[in-house]
Amino acid sequence: MNSGFGSPALDAASRLMTPFMLMFGAYVVVYGHDSPGGGFQGGVIIAACLILVRLVRGRAAGWVMPPEVAVVLLCTGAGIFAGVGLLGPIFGGHFLDYSALPLPLAPAEVRAAGSLAVEIGVALAVTGVLELIFDVLVEARDDA
Amino acid sequence: MSEHLPVLIVVVPLSAAFVVPLLGRRSSGAAHIVTLGALAATLVAASVALARVLRTADGVWRYELGGWAPPWGIEYVLDPLSGGMSVLVAGLALAAAIYAGPYLRTADPDRIGLFDSLYLLLVAGLLGIVVTGDLFNLYVFLEISAIAAYALLSTGGDRAAVATFRYLLVGTVAASCYLLGIGYLYALTGTLNMADLSVRLAAADESTATAVGVGLIVIGLAIKAAVFPFHGWLPDAYTYAPPPVTGFVAAVMTKVSAYALYRVLYFVLGAEPAAASALVFLGWAGVAAIVAGSWLALAQSDVRRMLAYSSVGQMGYIIFGFSLGSPIAIVGALFHVLNHALMKGCLFLVTGGIRWRTGVSSVAGFAGLGRRLPLSATAFALAAVSMVGLPPTAGFFSKWYLLLGAFEAEAWVGVAALVGSSWLSAIYFFRVLERLFVGADETTPAPERRDLPFGMLAPALALAVVVLLLGLFHQPVVTHLLERALPPTVS
Repeated sequence: MNSGFGSPALDAASRLMTPFMLMFGAYVVVYGHDSPGGGFQGGVIIAACLILVRLVRGRAAGWVMPPEVAVVLLCTGAGIFAGVGLLGPIFGGHFLDYSALPLPLAPAEVRAAGSLAVEIGVALAVTGVLELIFDVLVEARDDA
Repeated sequence: MSEHLPVLIVVVPLSAAFVVPLLGRRSSGAAHIVTLGALAATLVAASVALARVLRTADGVWRYELGGWAPPWGIEYVLDPLSGGMSVLVAGLALAAAIYAGPYLRTADPDRIGLFDSLYLLLVAGLLGIVVTGDLFNLYVFLEISAIAAYALLSTGGDRAAVATFRYLLVGTVAASCYLLGIGYLYALTGTLNMADLSVRLAAADESTATAVGVGLIVIGLAIKAAVFPFHGWLPDAYTYAPPPVTGFVAAVMTKVSAYALYRVLYFVLGAEPAAASALVFLGWAGVAAIVAGSWLALAQSDVRRMLAYSSVGQMGYIIFGFSLGSPIAIVGALFHVLNHALMKGCLFLVTGGIRWRTGVSSVAGFAGLGRRLPLSATAFALAAVSMVGLPPTAGFFSKWYLLLGAFEAEAWVGVAALVGSSWLSAIYFFRVLERLFVGADETTPAPERRDLPFGMLAPALALAVVVLLLGLFHQPVVTHLLERALPPTVS
């Protein structure tokens, strides 16, 4: 899957869509706290955007995430989740209790900040995993 | 941090699972050391938590995740039952991880980090199933452990991949059944918390929807626990997987599903007529499993397959004990969960080690190996004797309690199955022991004595010794742990 199967039409369409997809992905991550969405869904949208570019333009686009980077992304994302969760016990609350975080904000905002951090971690992990899955599938195709 | 122990039992292996792959790219040795460290910490956390639970009068330790009170939030519940199970899972996880050390040294160094990561995820998933007090959270952990197990089991080569794919299909159906079942109960009661659900279900009217929900949950968990006739995925999956994985998965994975079945049927649905019907069905399935598993084990020429079919039979003992529902039978079943995990773990570790060292795994090929690998063979013999159920090993006592329970309930078919299957298991295990110790060709000179490396031998021997000690000192375990793990409706 080194060369994409892009045509001028696909190329133009994907160029048009890419920034909106990334923006929508980020929106879904950030607003998952009070509306449908969240880290998982946002991560899927961001990964779908990266995969779309690879499908259309192949490796030439330069948007290729090497598997090593995807693994780092996955582990970092999961690490953020567990790390923020463990901040709760460190500051005297329960695991995943964001209200215990010592931030100079209103209680509701502290909770929102904590869950935003967790959602960002989840989004990174999901993006990494989907990139990895795509890589493995593409590799299998190249071997065949 | 000690008040956070219930959640640390799950979070420690889960967090380590994401550190290990990063570490493994620099140094595979360091990755394995971190894995062992995390599992040792988990074992310590589980043991300390169990000790604390046993000291309290009511014996229940609830932990609210995120500070959200149940039934809105998820809670982890440690009682003598889940505490004991988590010590068992963590202990066997550590034993099999130590055993995996020498095995992984011959593997591709780039893969060690991934192997350890998946292994830690599997352990975290199983511990999560054990400690959670929320039915949906249980489903999430069921999937985490199952997906990690599929990936690990499939690393044993082409045949392992095919066998695991079948397990994946069957396992997914099982998980879907369970999820659908919870969906019914959630629609009826509006809650997923186990304690809350049991209160609300008792107050709700008996309906077909409850029965369907209970039926789906029982079928889902019964497939996961490989209860006859849902055991089809098990023999191949266990036979072809890499030895450390089989050692751990065969020892605890089906047992954790049996735990979930017991927890749901007695602690959540204790008062439901549908649960009582499910137990009657499971009782007959258990008896069929005891007979079929032992009979099929007898017909195998590969020791790993023989052990796998024997697991089907042993799961039958456990499920049969649960279905009888009297205190003594349930104690027997819980004791058998503990014993079978230790015995089968030991047997699979030794068999895998023998295959790793000599390349043979057939009953005929074991001839004379007792002289080449004396200590491994001793561990195998001890665990095998316990499987047959000879005193003073632990296997005798759990079977004794089960037998007493069956007599008490006047379940004569069950009594006959228990006794008959003990005979059959004596035949198939002594067949192997005979090859190991006396079946050698006396005309050839004794082969060079070359036992397994210490890292593989020590966990197997430790499990064998625990089986013996547990038999000798079974009374404190029964009174202080198992009798306190009975459901409130029974004790």
